[in-house]
Amino acid sequence: MTKPIIQFENVSKRFGKVSAVDNVSLTINEGEFFSLLGPSGCGKTTLLRMLAGFEMPTEGRVMIDGKDMSTTAPNLRPVNMVFQSYAVFPHMTVLDNVAYGLKMDGVPGDERRRRAEEALELVKLGGFGPRKPDQMSGGQRQRVALARALVKKPRVLLLDEPLSALDAKLRDQMRTELTTLQEKVGITFIMVTHDQDEALAMATRCAVMNRGLLQQVASPSDLYEFPNSRFVADFIGSVNMFEGTLDVDEPDHAIINTKDVGPIYLDHGVTGATGTTVWAAVRPEKIEMHKRTDKPPKVEDAPEGYNVIAGVVKHLVYLGSETIFEVEINGGSLVKVVRPNLTRWDQEDFTWDEKVWLSFHACSPAVLLS
Amino acid sequence: MEQSWRQAKGLFFTLLSAPLFWLVIFFVAPLSIVWLYSFGENQGLVDVAFTGTWSNYGKIFKGLRWLDFSDALYVNLFLKSFWFAGLTTFICLVLGFPVALAITFAPERWKPWLLLMVMLPFWTNLLVRTYALIAVLRTKGFVNMGLESVHNGINSVSGGALGAFDPLPLLNNNFAVVFGLVFVNLPFMILPLYSALDRLDRSLLEASLDLGAGHVRTMFNVVVPMAGAGIASGILITFIPALGSYLTPDMLGGPESQMIANVIESQFKRANNWPFGAALSFILVYLTFIAIALQGVFQARSQARSQGGRA
Repeated sequence: MTKPIIQFENVSKRFGKVSAVDNVSLTINEGEFFSLLGPSGCGKTTLLRMLAGFEMPTEGRVMIDGKDMSTTAPNLRPVNMVFQSYAVFPHMTVLDNVAYGLKMDGVPGDERRRRAEEALELVKLGGFGPRKPDQMSGGQRQRVALARALVKKPRVLLLDEPLSALDAKLRDQMRTELTTLQEKVGITFIMVTHDQDEALAMATRCAVMNRGLLQQVASPSDLYEFPNSRFVADFIGSVNMFEGTLDVDEPDHAIINTKDVGPIYLDHGVTGATGTTVWAAVRPEKIEMHKRTDKPPKVEDAPEGYNVIAGVVKHLVYLGSETIFEVEINGGSLVKVVRPNLTRWDQEDFTWDEKVWLSFHACSPAVLLS
Repeated sequence: MEQSWRQAKGLFFTLLSAPLFWLVIFFVAPLSIVWLYSFGENQGLVDVAFTGTWSNYGKIFKGLRWLDFSDALYVNLFLKSFWFAGLTTFICLVLGFPVALAITFAPERWKPWLLLMVMLPFWTNLLVRTYALIAVLRTKGFVNMGLESVHNGINSVSGGALGAFDPLPLLNNNFAVVFGLVFVNLPFMILPLYSALDRLDRSLLEASLDLGAGHVRTMFNVVVPMAGAGIASGILITFIPALGSYLTPDMLGGPESQMIANVIESQFKRANNWPFGAALSFILVYLTFIAIALQGVFQARSQARSQGGRA
């Protein structure tokens, strides 16, 4: 059912002594909206440029549609790219820009014109054909770049930071438009981005990269809820990280002894030797906040006294839909808590310097071994 | 600092006075005198009378008939100068474009050195370079000596199959003039081309490749139109000095390869006909103005075309 369309086989790319991509193996399937995600300089753009043919791998193979295309010239590959700067030819009209690729393929004039106009229609730029790129806004020029790439009906469409140059409102709009467009044309999209929100919102699957290494390949929700390393947990969303040693590791529960928040009780076993250093990562919205009464609250899926922390509210950021609290706990470190404002009075529940209890479920922490 | 000159007139005119003085004394005044000469007549050996005559200009176009330049001696001279300068410019463009392209795409740390190599001849005195060219091109020059040794080598192996060596006529002819002009003017072509190509957005080239064009088609569909302004200014600043060249045709050319500047010189000196020399000079100046105007029009059009990419 899922047919691989792109395969990176042990691909490395070195620029001089710098390793931009380090032994990456990755399979992308037909019809996916795949996202390469990572901080700048992590190698995601190099990976994309190797797909487009602008860079050749130093080692390994790049397979497109089952064929080794590691050294194939860009103009002979069944992929097209939307550039970060759009790269719309300023000396041609919009229509000529879109028809350029067809012209290079030797498509006759009438058909070229018809297909180019269809592609412009597809990106909602019908009737803009005779204009010059300098008469169009940044968002419109990006649509021209999109139409220009899609008109060739590529096997894979490559998008290099497609939303980074747009203003916030346009970005949200383009996000939905790109996903609907992808469903409509059914072409595999591969998008490079440094913006985790963008990746989570648009992609069906993401690869997180750091320093040339592939960290994790998973669906957006798996990346968020089941990160495999501190880097991924930290890069995707925000997180509270508690370092500790694995004290108890049974099939049905485990206990991590942390310096900051005492013992953390988990409702599942951990694949790790007891005594090793591990990290418990808890997302801010998975921490509950209670008024400080004499008796600490009891977490329903953990024994009495576990997963409960005493603290004092230090900072408070009201964001309308939710409020972010930073709570100082024993030892002085800050724990981030996000609380949705379910009623119009919720924001008044807690205030600065208020003493609180924090608690989280035994199933909430993600245990990270590295 | 942002104030208009109107708000600081004193400062403005103080700063302006020095270059203005320079321009008036060394440019406007002598040019005006020459311009007046061009409407004058020789009176005796040394005196020139400003009679307001057009006869000097008339002499230039004497013998000119519609579509027939054969009898118009001076028009022919201008045409030959145009031909030499045009051919020089064309050869410089053909040679300079690949060089500029190569420097543009060379690794960043090599670029200053490659540019230095382009400019280096430029920093040597023209006379020295021209004498060096004579040493290369003359009958007993380096080229002919090299060819002769190859020739003799083949002869000694094959037992004299090629016969006696006949040196190539490389000096004192039209070839030598164009060769010399290309040699002198090539940096003027390469530098503006390089600066235009270096500013070109690389992603445009990648986009063209990505959309299925090979390197050659990318060159003609994207690089050349985008570098149009640079090409135009390269052509202009090669063509104008080449058109007015004096030293190169004088030293490398033969009797048949005189350019307009050589004739102007001989009018002022040997022929002692300043008014006619002045008229010839001014025709050259007017032609230069026309070339600059044409380039200005071209540049304005190409700028209007390519503005979108940078906005």
